[in-house]
Amino acid sequence: MITLMLTDPFMQRALLAALLVGVTAPVVGTYLVQRKLSLLGDGIGHVALTGVALGWLVGAGMGLTPNDALAIPGAVLAAVVGSVLIEVVRRRGRTSGDLALAIMFYGGIAGGVLLIGIAGGSAGNLMQYLFGSISTVSDADLWLTVVLSAVVLTIGVGLRHALFSVSHDEEFAVASGLPVWALNVVVAVVSALTVTVAMRVVGLLLVSALMIVPVAVAQQVTHAFGRTMLTACVVGVVVCVTGLSITYWHNVSPGATIVVLAIAVYAVVSVVAPLVTRRSPAHDPHPDLPDDVDLPAAATERAVAAAKECR
Amino acid sequence: MTETREPVIEARDLHFRAGASHILRGVDLIVEPGEVVALLGANGSGKSTLVKTLVGINPPTQGTVRLLGEPLTAGRRTTVDRSRIGYVPQRANAGGGIPSTAQEVVASGLLHGRRLALPRGWRDRVAAALTQVGLADRVHDPVHLLSGGQQQRILIARALVREPDLLILDEPVAGVDVASQEAFATTMRRLVDGGLTVLVVLHELGELEPLVTRAVVLGHGKVVHDGTPPQARRDHDRAGHRHQHPHADDNTLGEQARALDLEVRP
Ligand SMILES: Nc1ncnc2c1ncn2[C@@H]1O[C@H](COP(=O)(O)OP(=O)(O)O)[C@@H](O)[C@H]1O
Ligand SMILES: [Mg+2]
Repeated sequence: MITLMLTDPFMQRALLAALLVGVTAPVVGTYLVQRKLSLLGDGIGHVALTGVALGWLVGAGMGLTPNDALAIPGAVLAAVVGSVLIEVVRRRGRTSGDLALAIMFYGGIAGGVLLIGIAGGSAGNLMQYLFGSISTVSDADLWLTVVLSAVVLTIGVGLRHALFSVSHDEEFAVASGLPVWALNVVVAVVSALTVTVAMRVVGLLLVSALMIVPVAVAQQVTHAFGRTMLTACVVGVVVCVTGLSITYWHNVSPGATIVVLAIAVYAVVSVVAPLVTRRSPAHDPHPDLPDDVDLPAAATERAVAAAKECR
Repeated sequence: MTETREPVIEARDLHFRAGASHILRGVDLIVEPGEVVALLGANGSGKSTLVKTLVGINPPTQGTVRLLGEPLTAGRRTTVDRSRIGYVPQRANAGGGIPSTAQEVVASGLLHGRRLALPRGWRDRVAAALTQVGLADRVHDPVHLLSGGQQQRILIARALVREPDLLILDEPVAGVDVASQEAFATTMRRLVDGGLTVLVVLHELGELEPLVTRAVVLGHGKVVHDGTPPQARRDHDRAGHRHQHPHADDNTLGEQARALDLEVRP
């Protein structure tokens, strides 16, 4: 039965796309969680919708067939512009990143619906982008996915130490003379590319889940940045490939299946991990600081006794 | 190493404004090679702001900074060799949303300027830096589970790992127990004997007192004292007399220093 699935050319393309998305999304997601921008993927996803509609509009204007030929390039463009804009807003510090994201959410959806109407389509045409349509992956789509994934992985893995430094302590990175602004833009652009890569598999509304949930799973089992990224990639690949395979036999949405699967893994791991990794804490959780006030002798004795209890 | 007699730090007429507040109001500071300069002053006098301006985090509103003889130009390309400068911020930034190990955090100190990848043998260098701060056995421990004082020492290791010629530290021993302070002073003594220049923000001289060659006291965004280190207080329970070196003939400076004494008490 597995061989049947693996010899189906549609399924081959879909599986390859799912595999690539399963690796790339968590790599980028790790940096987003690290810089506490977990929702950036969602914001980019919404803006990409406007890009899809814009591509459609331009395609229709040029009389291209199929009329959504420019939808994906439009999404890539809009996502990149949107994510860089967020970075600019964050840097200026006028609007908080949180607010800027919210505005992106609303503007992205509204712009998309508006433009698709102007292009002579209906909001229904946007559904396949919102929820994914991996069964319609063409050879051209697959090539774009392969190229964009290669770019994302090369940057995300190749620059991991520098990107870690910038995401972990931006001020220290500035003091070290690292090209902080450039590295921040790189993270933004790579996030945008990942969103558009994952769009076909899970859809724009669920892209972010694929970036964030595997990282949340990994965090339950490791306390190191590098390990978190690696574990998240493994989780991402497993849920993407498994979820897609399920849809080969059962007629359910691949995007939704993959995300539900990821969340199920998260739930199971968060129950199991504490049982498996249960260890006594290595040291007293209270930092051993001298008191800044003069305590009466009795209080000092109680403090010493309390410290002993914690050891 | 080329032995230049240029100042290691040379700040001229530094001003820094954040919105409406004028935080640094014309600071001149020169640090010569081999000096250990203590930067003192009350809470909120602008010590951290000054240090951040010196390392390029805060672009000065007015005035210039030269490090190791080269001008520090914010944002644009600067010829300052960052591999020779170590910086220890006041306290661990909340860090990212993902736990990271002592090894990962200290290793990030090996990246600077155009060096975006870790050099060969980075693990050994990280281990050596952690040994210097007495945390060799914590290499793989997640930093967020360490105590405040231990986290502070991780940040010191992150600055030391690049083997700097100039070390700029912002209250490195605040909240660190006396034993660790002594160990830190011993490490600093060895590095200073090896030619390290130090600018260190301190709340009190403490264990570092024998090392400090000069003290600069900030008050309300200006230098109110630059010269011999204040003597250690003999009586810890009496207010005042911590920074008793205003220029006697300058009344306004005297005022500021007196205000400083009061503010210094927690
Ligand atoms: N970015 C900023 N915006 C507004 N006020 C600031 C900023 N940075 C520092 N300050 C203010 O400047 C003063 C000096 O701060 P700081 O340099 O941290 O003092 P110190 O390190 O000497 O205790 C404080 O009153 C602080 O609130
Ligand atoms: Mg300070």
